[in-house]
Amino acid sequence: MSVETYTPQRFHEQAHDALGNAQIRDNFRSAMDGLMAKRQESFAQWDLPRLRELGASIRQRALASLPDLLEQLETRCEANGIHVHWAEDSEQACRLIRELCQSRNAQSVIKGKSMVSEEMHLNEHLEEAGISSLESDLGEYLLQLNEQTPSHIIMPAIHLNADQIADILHDKTGIERTEDVDLMTGAARQQLRERFMQADVGISGVNFAVAETGTLCLVENEGNGRMTTGVPPVHIAVTGIEKVVEQLRDVPPLYALLTRSATGQQATTYLNMISGPRGDAEHDGPSEVHLVLVDNGRSTIYQDDQLVDTLRCIRCGACMNHCPVYTRVGGHSYGTTYPGPIGSILMPHLQGLEATRELPSASSLCGACGEVCPVKIPIPDLLVRLRQEAVGEGRGNVAGAGVKRRRSEVAAWKGWQWLATHPAAWRGATALAGPLRGLTPSRLGPWTEHRSAPKPAPRTLHAMLKRRHRGGTSS
Amino acid sequence: MDAIKCYPPKPAKVYFYGTCLIDVLYPEAGMDAIRLLEREGIEVVFPDDQTCCGQPAYTSGYQTEARAVAEAQLELFPEPWPIVVPSGSCGGMMRTHYPSLFTGTPSEARARELAGRVFELTEFLVHVCHLRLEDKGAPQVVAMHTSCSARREMGLADTGPALLTQLSSVELVEQARATECCGFGGTFAVRHGEVSGAMVEDKRRAIEATGAECFVTSDCGCLMNIDGRLERCGSAVRGEHIASYLWRRSA
Amino acid sequence: MSARDRILARLRQRTDGQLVPPPSDFSVMTGRAWTPSERLARFEQLMTTAHARVVHTSMDAWTSALREVLHETGVKRLALGRDHEVARQAREALSGSDIALVDADRAVESWQAELFHRVDAGLTSCRGAIAETGSLWLWPTPDEPRLLSLVPPLHLAILDAATLEDTFFEVVERHGWTERMPGNALLISGPSKTADIAQVLAYGVHGPRDLVVLVRH
Repeated sequence: MSVETYTPQRFHEQAHDALGNAQIRDNFRSAMDGLMAKRQESFAQWDLPRLRELGASIRQRALASLPDLLEQLETRCEANGIHVHWAEDSEQACRLIRELCQSRNAQSVIKGKSMVSEEMHLNEHLEEAGISSLESDLGEYLLQLNEQTPSHIIMPAIHLNADQIADILHDKTGIERTEDVDLMTGAARQQLRERFMQADVGISGVNFAVAETGTLCLVENEGNGRMTTGVPPVHIAVTGIEKVVEQLRDVPPLYALLTRSATGQQATTYLNMISGPRGDAEHDGPSEVHLVLVDNGRSTIYQDDQLVDTLRCIRCGACMNHCPVYTRVGGHSYGTTYPGPIGSILMPHLQGLEATRELPSASSLCGACGEVCPVKIPIPDLLVRLRQEAVGEGRGNVAGAGVKRRRSEVAAWKGWQWLATHPAAWRGATALAGPLRGLTPSRLGPWTEHRSAPKPAPRTLHAMLKRRHRGGTSS
Repeated sequence: MDAIKCYPPKPAKVYFYGTCLIDVLYPEAGMDAIRLLEREGIEVVFPDDQTCCGQPAYTSGYQTEARAVAEAQLELFPEPWPIVVPSGSCGGMMRTHYPSLFTGTPSEARARELAGRVFELTEFLVHVCHLRLEDKGAPQVVAMHTSCSARREMGLADTGPALLTQLSSVELVEQARATECCGFGGTFAVRHGEVSGAMVEDKRRAIEATGAECFVTSDCGCLMNIDGRLERCGSAVRGEHIASYLWRRSA
Repeated sequence: MSARDRILARLRQRTDGQLVPPPSDFSVMTGRAWTPSERLARFEQLMTTAHARVVHTSMDAWTSALREVLHETGVKRLALGRDHEVARQAREALSGSDIALVDADRAVESWQAELFHRVDAGLTSCRGAIAETGSLWLWPTPDEPRLLSLVPPLHLAILDAATLEDTFFEVVERHGWTERMPGNALLISGPSKTADIAQVLAYGVHGPRDLVVLVRH
């Protein structure tokens, strides 16, 4: 399967293309405007600062005892009849899932939405092993048909218009062409229902894994998650190790934050809480449930007191919905599984700063992401931290640290430092800016592509105040 | 900001931290800010050795260089007077980031003490001076762009508008998506020039769509960015620092 | 060492030392202080906004209301349980009618195609409901299995007004979910829906296109 490829290395080119694409600009702008308004409205009756504080504390508490909670989760799940597996990286996780499928002679897998499986490129891995793996979330299904990747973690096909989706469904599934959304949705329902019935294995993600009870919580609107976890004889849930929470009572606050932050809903259509396979007396549900706990770089992020905050994320997408950069360039420009602000602080750990060097700087540090994050991840501070790491000024514990260090740039900052710590020299240098303003180039690279060049004033504030002082006015 | 800041009574003296952009590009804005403070009976002390708060290096990842420059600024304010900064961006750097920048260093306590008496200009005029303005200008429609650092780092979305709405002949209009970044972001505007350009173009359109005759802002980075875009597009709408606008209308 | 042990060891030997958990203040999750009528109004408003239909009826007359709904929606084949009081009364009321009653309390493998293709509606009871979010609370049982509320195009849910509570948090706390989590616990807040095509809401993408809640007072 050839999937349209975007890479983080090509951020600038991809962003350039997106900025010039009216459809991309319109789709993201209008979708993000709508999501921002709905989010705000949905929190209207809440004491949001306190709710966010609670959400942050729940995630911090979970991370503070992460190894203990993972062990407790394992114990509780096993007691409930859920088999628990561990994978250190994507490759191990893919192999583990493939072997689970193969040992059950599975030919056909149906998938619910799972960002970690996107991160692992699980579909490609299963296809290579001759196991068909079909996405069942409508947006993901359409993208799989169109050989594309998601451009938003909650609304994966937001970059496509109805007429393009009409073409995809007509070309790839042979239905009569229609742009009627209900008819297209109905057609997909028919196609996917057959696949749910035939599937040997259902693979889903997990929103919250409760250590106390061994419960896997899945949050969704479509019902494909319930189908995936309820119809095939085997259910494999795959999740990052950071998704664990301590207690069941931690779930309602996180669920309240997640649905409102993501789509402005008071609740999603379904909250599906799975604590075991089909019981002895039960008549449906999978006879086997597996949980695959994936590390894939998370335990490295975990080591650092500042970076560990990255792992609080509950994948709501609010940071991208509110990001003025994401809104303009769309998700594909980032070239990573997770786009937008969360992607820019997470992907450098998963792929290294070498590949993702453009991402931490792709932010004006406006703070909108940090302001809305339901678990109060200080995203702007983490972006600054990764900028430090990229230029070799951090702690050096991120893969690819120092990759952006350039002797010329370091020298420039050293020169600036010298000047700014030698006030007389600073005054002398800045005093020259005015008299020499005629020499200011009218073109200053990227700045003057879009704006007039700033002109130094004839005299600096320092000089004006000195003159005023000499003139006898108080200063 | 989460914590509610407790404001001191109006002092006899303040320090004024002019910021490097005002120093070189917009010194009149600095002068007007000083005039506004002096009119309130406050003696304004301008430490001559001030240079830059260090933010450009800090946000670019050059923490060592930023800390060295910030350290030099820490020494400029020995008296316990408030430090007034006509910029949410530099003010945010000093109030929010200085403490973390110096954590674990011998200067930590000094950085925290200093951070506690940093005030952005409009914040100081509203909450400490309780400034009352008498409008002497002709009727005018004006838009305001509050910088992201003033709005989010310092929690000052309201102080600029609170001053403008005191001007009886001024109609303050709000542009669409007023809370959205103008695209400046320091080195972001150069490193990601195209994205930044798209952002400032949207800001220009939003401001022009209000029918405002001019716009004001409390940050010279945003001013340079938005006004530069307006000038480049030959717009009749131009921008200035809020200090100059308030002084001109009330002097 | 296994992958498990290596992951746990890395987490345990954390470079920056033990993290300190902050306290959690849950008070924001409680204290709604809604009156029963406010609670019900909120539930109904949210359910209706989510494209579900709420029908008010009484403990005595609810089966007539059910018959009416079945008639209006053109249901010919209704899947339902057998043991639950709701199923028993429904079976009694509908016996002899032209609506075929399909047993849901049997191994799904024996009737999967029928469930997917030839059932018009699934009838379930509800453990309770939540006013704050407009949600039904279901714990599927052998009598009312997991797929009964999901696969048929119409889900008919019978809710007792007295079981409506303020918040999800309070439901979890008051009913001791922690001690007695079933294999599957569900909150349902409307019919199945998607906005994945051009942000246009469409219902019944995978699960029921319609949800009708009969509230028994």
